[in-house]
Amino acid sequence: MNPVPPPGYTQSLIADDPFWLTLIKVLVIFVLLMLITLFMIWFERRVVGRMQQRPGPNWNGPFGLLQSLADGLKLAFKEDIRPVLADKAVFFIAPVLSVVPAFVAWSVIPLGPEVSIFGEQTALQLTDLPVGVLVVLACSSIGVYGIVLAGWASGSPYPLLGSLRSAAQVISYELALGLSIIAVVLYAGSLSTADIVAAQSTGWYVWLLPVSFMIFAVSMVGETNRAPFDLPEAESELVGGFHTEYSSLKFALFFLAEYVNMVTLSAVATTLFLGGWMAPWPLSLIPGVNEGWWPLLWFFGKTLAFLFVYVWLRGTLPRQRYDQFMRLGWKLLIPVSLVWLMLVATLRVLRTELTTGQILVVGGIALVILVGAALLIPDQAPPEEDKEPPVITDYPVPPLDLAVPETPKRRRRAVAGKRDDQQATETVGAGTSGEGDR
Amino acid sequence: MSTVNALLAAAPMTGGGEMSTGESVAFWILGPVALAGGLGMVFARNAVHSALWLVMTMLSLGVLYMVQQAPFLGFTQIIVYTGAIMMLFVFVLMMVGRDASDSVVEVLRGQRLAAAVLGVGLGGLAVAAVAETLSAVGPVGLGPSYGPEARGNVQALGTSIFRDYLLPFELTSALLITAAVGAMVYTFAGQARRKQASQRERVVERLRGPLAGYGSRSGPGVFATADSVATPALLPDGSVAPASLSKIIEATRRERLDADIADVQSDSGPAGEVDARALRGGDDSDVGAGSTHDRLSEGDSEGAR
Repeated sequence: MNPVPPPGYTQSLIADDPFWLTLIKVLVIFVLLMLITLFMIWFERRVVGRMQQRPGPNWNGPFGLLQSLADGLKLAFKEDIRPVLADKAVFFIAPVLSVVPAFVAWSVIPLGPEVSIFGEQTALQLTDLPVGVLVVLACSSIGVYGIVLAGWASGSPYPLLGSLRSAAQVISYELALGLSIIAVVLYAGSLSTADIVAAQSTGWYVWLLPVSFMIFAVSMVGETNRAPFDLPEAESELVGGFHTEYSSLKFALFFLAEYVNMVTLSAVATTLFLGGWMAPWPLSLIPGVNEGWWPLLWFFGKTLAFLFVYVWLRGTLPRQRYDQFMRLGWKLLIPVSLVWLMLVATLRVLRTELTTGQILVVGGIALVILVGAALLIPDQAPPEEDKEPPVITDYPVPPLDLAVPETPKRRRRAVAGKRDDQQATETVGAGTSGEGDR
Repeated sequence: MSTVNALLAAAPMTGGGEMSTGESVAFWILGPVALAGGLGMVFARNAVHSALWLVMTMLSLGVLYMVQQAPFLGFTQIIVYTGAIMMLFVFVLMMVGRDASDSVVEVLRGQRLAAAVLGVGLGGLAVAAVAETLSAVGPVGLGPSYGPEARGNVQALGTSIFRDYLLPFELTSALLITAAVGAMVYTFAGQARRKQASQRERVVERLRGPLAGYGSRSGPGVFATADSVATPALLPDGSVAPASLSKIIEATRRERLDADIADVQSDSGPAGEVDARALRGGDDSDVGAGSTHDRLSEGDSEGAR
């Protein structure tokens, strides 16, 4: 393994990039994100298709890979409709506002370590700011404006409801997201993404801060408006949500923004918790595996794993009800992350002031006190048994304690001529239930 | 905190007070944009447009901070002000409705004149203060080599807030929390905490509560000409079944039907042979929406069930 660069090293490495190199990096990131979006749409449809026992798109190109390209072209040539009641300027600005921040956030993601491009030593990262993580948060908070304004400017009730939901949703989940990042920053001692990756060379933060990771993983789904948290565009409730009135390229921009946001947050999760571009454990033992261009492979592999989980969630979970969703955010994720943050901060202070033995002793005493206190809590009364609901209808429904009557003797004897006795008694029940199966 | 602000405000003076080319280009682009945003906010008729102009000003200011080597302040400005506070504003404005525009009528007399005088005064004060700052106050401790561990601006800021000025910082946050909790208490004061009915309770309520008496419940094989809840049921003697009259629906007040009932009774002679179908109810358009038969059966078989 290569030696860990000191904090701020990547920053100074990138600082003396010539202009053409920066331009190349910008172009490559842009093209990469467009390609990943095309790939993701195909990937999502294929994976969801496989989960639902059908092939998915397999007609255009090898394995249907060109399907999303065809769809994108078709979308671009559709008629661009603007509702009469729409607010012209805002209706136009909204999709742009949602796409641009999604792309900008990628400027601080470290894709790889130090490499040489055309003889120029640089890092595979557009820029490394001392406040890199905040860039991601800022971009996501600007991106919400796109959704909110789209709903408002459409001049139609369903999009407005969608955008109201989206505003409340993103504000709530951004809190949990930010709180889970703080623990990482506490341990890394820096807000710079490159430094955070470097700090994980001894161990990924997913093992050190599992609670933060889980909170981040849940709230990043909420932040990107993806199933099961896709309430701003809930098809069953709001037609299409905030983009109901959008068509053609403007709609394509929203689509693009959603997928780029997914990729961005997956990349951020990789950077913060899964060691960024570092190779996973058994591979990391091979020398030279974290140098040169290889880390790109590890980075995109991890990001793709996150993206697969996104698709998996969409294929598996039903959409949450709005109040359940808000309760999860405010009453579970935020309190849990606050308590966890207190624990992490306390441990950090103790680590610098006490030895490991002292920490164990203090922790043990605290644990004993906690267990003792837990014993003092009175037992919970057993919950009341769930009674059958009373029958409250005029329809002739069978009683709830219905017992299937025994087959009359004469008939049983007749049936027994063909089958044995036990099967015959079952025919009464089987006759009705078998009907439905067919 | 004031020291921190002063420290950040003085940021452009880094490196002997000379502005680099990039910095001045950024300033001459962002300055007018920020100014336009401010003017747009004041003059826009639509409240949401005003908010958007303000967002533009805040974004330009944020970028200006970043250019002036205060990236932390810049991004915090974007996250906190644009992302959270303005978003709340927009949220509330959207609730108001998109056609709510400012009224042009002046309500307070002489308000414009007073506003103009005070505005010019405030502007003068601000210009004087900034001019004084630029000439008299020297910048301290900027650039990457500042701070106890010489690790740059962000670390120095952290040290200032969480070590040197910890108590004022915590007091401020306690004040803010108190304000937020107080606002919530006031919002919910006076409203008794209602227990939310569960799904089962709501179903039972619907089927057994005040709504239980009606609904489309005609069973199979029922012949009914009027299914409306507004059409009352007749008892075998031709009188209206009291159970079929709703306490909630206004259209079925008993008095309105008196003429109808009399009409039916006079038409069909003896009370025993009243034709229930002749009763038209309040409105002809309601015919076919509920079951008269239901009401009738309810009247006579109430005891039996």
